[in-house]
Amino acid sequence: MSSASRSHDHTAASREVIDASDIARALTRIAHEILERNKGSANVVILGIPTRGVPLAARIAAAMANVEGVEIPAGSLDITMYRDDLRLHPARALEPTDIPAGGIDDAVVILVDDVLFSGRTIRAALDAVNDLGRPAAVQLAVLVDRGHRQLPIRADFVGKNLPTSLSETVRVTLSEYDDNDGVVISNTNVSRGSS
Amino acid sequence: MKHHLLSSADLARDDAVLVLDTAAELLSLADRPIKKLPTLRGRTIVNLFFEDSTRTRISFEAAAKRLSADVINFSAKGSSVSKGESLKDTALTLEAMGADAVVIRHGSSGAPHRLANSGWVRSSVVNAGDGTHEHPTQALLDAFTMRKHLGDLDAKRVTIVGDVLHSRVARSNALLLSTLGAEVTLVAPPTLLPVGVETWPVQTSYDLDTSLDKCDAVMMLRVQAERMDAAFFPSAREYSRRYGLDDRRFKRLPEHAIVMHPGPMNRGMEISADVADSARSVIVEQVSNGVAVRMAVLYLLLSGADLSRTDPTASDSTKPEVVS
Repeated sequence: MSSASRSHDHTAASREVIDASDIARALTRIAHEILERNKGSANVVILGIPTRGVPLAARIAAAMANVEGVEIPAGSLDITMYRDDLRLHPARALEPTDIPAGGIDDAVVILVDDVLFSGRTIRAALDAVNDLGRPAAVQLAVLVDRGHRQLPIRADFVGKNLPTSLSETVRVTLSEYDDNDGVVISNTNVSRGSS
Repeated sequence: MKHHLLSSADLARDDAVLVLDTAAELLSLADRPIKKLPTLRGRTIVNLFFEDSTRTRISFEAAAKRLSADVINFSAKGSSVSKGESLKDTALTLEAMGADAVVIRHGSSGAPHRLANSGWVRSSVVNAGDGTHEHPTQALLDAFTMRKHLGDLDAKRVTIVGDVLHSRVARSNALLLSTLGAEVTLVAPPTLLPVGVETWPVQTSYDLDTSLDKCDAVMMLRVQAERMDAAFFPSAREYSRRYGLDDRRFKRLPEHAIVMHPGPMNRGMEISADVADSARSVIVEQVSNGVAVRMAVLYLLLSGADLSRTDPTASDSTKPEVVS
């Protein structure tokens, strides 16, 4: 998940580090890397983690379909019920989980998220995948890796490595939800979330 | 959400919609190979049933188990209650056992409110039916079922027919459905409408036929033989003729209208067997939706930070209500 803060008051030190064309190129490259690593698109299922992982998953699937000429199954995987911080926050509303019709048994599942940070979201996603079936393999694609991992988790496909300090907030905007595509770093004093 | 769910009136429109949306996501769990989520692992939920119940108790038990909570079933029969133990002492026992939530059904109206507000227990209290007062999770699952078939309930017409006087289902539904924007009509013989019904957010009628033509959903209430301690109507046969949903009345309903019943049914009394088994009857679906709705309620009450035990002013501004 992108950030703990949505406050627009801290504009003092926010800067765009990735723009729309960077995102488009990164997603195209990730799509090619996924095809290369898996020797094609057979058995590949792309699952985005809500909210902004879902449109990213759809874009990657579309880019892969462009190359391969076949439709790539893509869906969404809500991890709310698997979070390890449920007791620390007010109850959260659930996001849709939409598993492609073929299921994920014996598939290569590509998890897609916008920002890789502590790794806790991906830990929860792995548990959620485990309850849905038994994939042949699970790989991880993220648009931004900002470091500061708290669990032994790494991404297989990274759009951009973005060194950050813990006082900074990384926010991904996508045209599906926001005004435009972009990645913004802002310096806030908001205490650290557990993205 | 508040700390307790005692009445449909506790739910603001946003709260109710949150429960229904959450239930909609949880409904798909029933189709998965592993019907379990780890969300309430290590939490203890007590089903405290002073009155007989099949579907409500099983439904709450299934909901709690699918969220990985530990479930303790307590029924008054075969417990110390039959030796004369008071509600207070039973509650103190549950508190000592560390229950996180108590799901209570009681024959006396107001028992869940007493349990929640007496200071006997710190756990969340969920009303699973108290006397002739309320049954909020039934109303939520009814609203959920209607929303699935009819879409947004705003300006939808719902007719509730039968023993409104003794029906906690009718009261909870009337409150919740009007919160959600639906127009509710209660149809019953004059003897089975409660005193003060004019203060409810509903319309009332003594005649079933006139309200059938335009309604989107018709809910038949059970004639509660165990509460019929006075002559509310001359005979069962007459009641069935005037207020029962038979084939003739069923044909008057609009094409899209659905038929509901909270169960258990008296076939041939308030609803004919053919109507109960028809394609537009959603009575069996109500039961499976009940599990998803109760999962949503337990999740929203229990999974978040327990704000009631800390500083209420620190709560999220979008969910301001903590203590009921």
